Parts: sequence; structure tokens; C-alpha cells
Amino acid sequence: MEAAVTAGTTSSHDIAVLGVGMHPWGKWGRNFVEYGVDAARRALDDAGVSWRDIQFVAGADTVRNGYPGYVAGATFAQALGWSGQQVASCYAACASGATALAAARAQILAGLCDVALVVGADTTPKGFLAPTAGDRPDDPDWLRFRLLGATNPTYFALYARRRMDLYGATERDFAKVKVKNARHGLHNEYARYRKEVTEDEVLASPIVASPLHLLDICATSDGGAAIVVSSMAYARRQCVDEPVRVRGISTVTPTFPNTVIEMPNFSTDSSAALAPPPLTFRDSIAAAAYEEAGLGPEDMDVAEVYDLSSALELDWYENIGLCKAGEAERLINDGDTALGGKGVTVNPSGGLACFGEAVPAQAIAQVCEVTWQLRGQAGSRQVDDASAGVTVNQGLFGHGSSVILSR
Amino acid sequence: MHKPQVPALGAEGWFTDGDEPALVGNRCTACGTVFFPAATFACRNPDCDGNEFEPASLSRRGTVWSYTDAQYQPPPPYVPRNDPYEPFAIAAVELPDEGMVVLGQVADGYTLDDLHVGGQVELVVETLFEDDDHEYRIWRWKPL
Repeated sequence: MEAAVTAGTTSSHDIAVLGVGMHPWGKWGRNFVEYGVDAARRALDDAGVSWRDIQFVAGADTVRNGYPGYVAGATFAQALGWSGQQVASCYAACASGATALAAARAQILAGLCDVALVVGADTTPKGFLAPTAGDRPDDPDWLRFRLLGATNPTYFALYARRRMDLYGATERDFAKVKVKNARHGLHNEYARYRKEVTEDEVLASPIVASPLHLLDICATSDGGAAIVVSSMAYARRQCVDEPVRVRGISTVTPTFPNTVIEMPNFSTDSSAALAPPPLTFRDSIAAAAYEEAGLGPEDMDVAEVYDLSSALELDWYENIGLCKAGEAERLINDGDTALGGKGVTVNPSGGLACFGEAVPAQAIAQVCEVTWQLRGQAGSRQVDDASAGVTVNQGLFGHGSSVILSR
Repeated sequence: MHKPQVPALGAEGWFTDGDEPALVGNRCTACGTVFFPAATFACRNPDCDGNEFEPASLSRRGTVWSYTDAQYQPPPPYVPRNDPYEPFAIAAVELPDEGMVVLGQVADGYTLDDLHVGGQVELVVETLFEDDDHEYRIWRWKPL
């Protein structure tokens, strides 16, 4: 009960989550703005706040949908009906949603606005995410495809193989993550894939980048997610007594020298002149959010982590402090991170395994799911008596993303 | 008739070719931090305000940090060398003197079976792909 008491404390940098909304993930092939507007209207409806009352709009950008995607804040604002709000557009790859939320929170905590809307949506092409066309030999993201043939799964596979050679992980351990997440997302109306998968089906699917099979790797999806956030005072005026609160947000960069190879780079930093920091980049992401929230992994009931691959979910267990390095395989094998398990439930939404990645919407969707969990509104995937949760992911080129929420 | 060999587009000056090829990065003259690809304007060590660099040949041997392969043909700008596509292996290699990990394709003729974390590899330069006019060269890691 100690944890519940800690989680219940209000601090001066809390903001309220008044409303959340999502457009179902899928491969709908329509304009991304449509998903964003739908998600925004659902979040506004959930919050009981009208669009005209929103004072600040933060859009999470997409780079695969032309100019409107680069200025997503204004694009969504126009589609919802220009209302003269302050606006920001944020691109931080997979971390775009958290960066947009951080911008909204800063406005609220600075007293510059009372209530803000955060929206992200994407329409994605089929297959591997690839760089935009044209020769760009000064762009590492172009070069890694041309010089190495290194796709995103290449990097996921390097991490997975290292777990096998260092910790004795097996392809079956990775398949168990997929099986768990598929089961979690089975009845999630916003998930794209709602079908049970067996370990053998994962292992029988073609290898994409050894040791990862097709079913170990997340797809790319269309989707949209939105959040209405406000000051605690505004929430009280709206007669929302105990809203879910954002307790901490981390958007940290790595600390030099980052000696773990990261997408899309050819190499790590060099530690020849300066020793590596005590925490790796991925360890530092949630750590910064925990510190701000005054909470730790022991206080968490639920976690939404970025399972770009099944094996990467195991890395995140260690990175967010659920266990020590090399112990994640035990957690998945003991069922600790499954619904009803004895540990922190990880990816009750079904995670990227069930959603597929809609880049600018995904970090926002993670917050939506944790909010539903903390409100007790998650239906058949509800984590019992969830009072605090953490989201974590990482954006290309060094954007951390983690949000701590509590009741 | 051999076609002229040139570095692949974007990798000009990144390595030397010949009998004992090496990756070429540079070193900050103020703090000694090594960069590959070479830094062009400012040292990225946050405690250093250096902006002068000397060329640095990187260690030709290193230790496998991890490895994988590409069973599916990567999308452009990757240029396939064969039709039908032939999978290739990729290794992330730790260079002890430089304290860094460098990615590279694995040398022709070697597969995942030749690799393990902690294994030793050596730098070679091979042809990435060719067109009517040139062979485009690239560095690779060869298991020892």
C-alpha cells in the first residue's frame, strides 16, 4: 500500500488528463488528417471540453504525408476549424507524441494556457519503412540503406541476437512476447490485429533478420490518437475530482558517449576520451521520468513499452527497471508481465504487436491506454486496481520518450 | 576488362582500399575523441570545444558485438547486387582502441554460421554493386 500512497501525492508539476481518444489502427489508406480529427473529437468528447475552449494545440508530425504532415498542429487545427489557438508542431520520430505532450504540459505549467489538445496521426506505406526518395548521401538514414542495406529490423535483430549470445535467450522466448501481446490485444477495439498467435506460428513465420521472424516484428499502420490535458485547477473547475495525472515526462537525449549502436547510425560514439555514462540511453529514458514523478518501477502497475520487435520488449523490461539485465526472459517465461501475472503488466493494449506502428500517434496511444487502465475503463484487458503506469519509447536520432501517469 | 573501382556514393574518403584497407575517421586534436564517419566541424564531446581534427585510421580488427542478416531485399536506396536477391549478413563490431562499435556488411562467402558475439573479424573492402561504368566499393567485416 506504500506505493499507492506515494502515487496519490499531488505535486506542483502535475497536469490532468481530461480526455483521451483513438481512431482504430489499421491499413485504411485514407488521409492521416481524418484519423487525427476523429481521435481529437473523441478525446474532446471524453473530456467534456469543446474545441473552441482549447487554448493550445500540439500536433505530432508525420514525414510520410507531404507538407501537411510537417505542420501537423496547424493541419489538425484547420481541419477542426481554425479557432485562433496557439499552435505547435513537433517531430521527434517515434517520440513525436511525447514531445508534443511535453510542449502542451510546458504551456500549462508555465500558466500560459489552461487546457490543450495533443494529436498525432499517420498513414503509412506498406513494407519496410524506407527513406524518402532521391540521392541524399549526407543523410545517415539514406546512407544506411545504400551502404549497408540496414533496415529497421536489422537494428532490432542486432539487439535480439545479443540477448541470445549473452543471456541465453531463445527464439521461443521472443515468440512468447508476441503470444502474450496478441492475447492482450484480442478484444481491444482500437487494435489492428486481433487474433491469437501460437509460439509455433511465430517460429514458423519467415525469418526477416535473424533471429527475428516476421511475426516478431511490428507492422506499420494507419492510426490516430489524441489527448486533452489541463491544469489541475482547470480540471477542478470542470468538476473532475480525481483525474488521471501526468506525473513525469522524459524527452531526454543520450549522454555522450553513447556506446550502444542506434538506428540509423553506422557507428556509436567513441569512448576513447570520455568514459560512457553510468546509464545507457535506453536506461536513462524512463529513469528521468521516474525521477521527475518521484516514483519508481516498484510503484508501477502497468507499462506500455515500444515492442518494435518481440525481443525489444524484453530489453525494455530491464531499461524501465522491472528486472536486472539478463532477467527479462525469466519474467516472460513466468508470465509475470502478462495480464493476471504477478509483476507489472506490460502492453495490456496488445502493444505494437497488435497495433503496428503509426509513428506520430504511437506515443500518444500509449498514454491513452495507460489512462484507460488507471480509470478502470480497459474492459477485458483491465489490470486489477492499476494506480500508476509508465510508457516508454525512443525516437530515431536520439529522442527519448517516457510518460508516468497515476491516479 | 576491369571497370574502375570507386567508393560507393556517400562513402568517399571513408576507407582506404588495397592490401591492408582501413576505415578512415578523424580524431579531435583537443580531446582525442575518435569519429567515424569523420566529424566535419565540431567535436561532439560535450566537455570539449575543439574544432580541429586529424585523420585517424581505425583498428582493422575488432570483436563482434552482434550480428544479423537481411533475408528480405532492403528497399531503395539499397541496390541489389544479384537477381534473384541473395541475403547477406551484417555485423556490429567493437573496436577496442577507439571504444566504438561500427556496422558493416559481412564479407562475401561468409554467413551467420561464421559469426558469434565476441568473435574476431578483420576489415576488408569489396564490391557493393556495379553498373555499366563502375564497381562501387565498400568496407566489410571478414570473420577470422
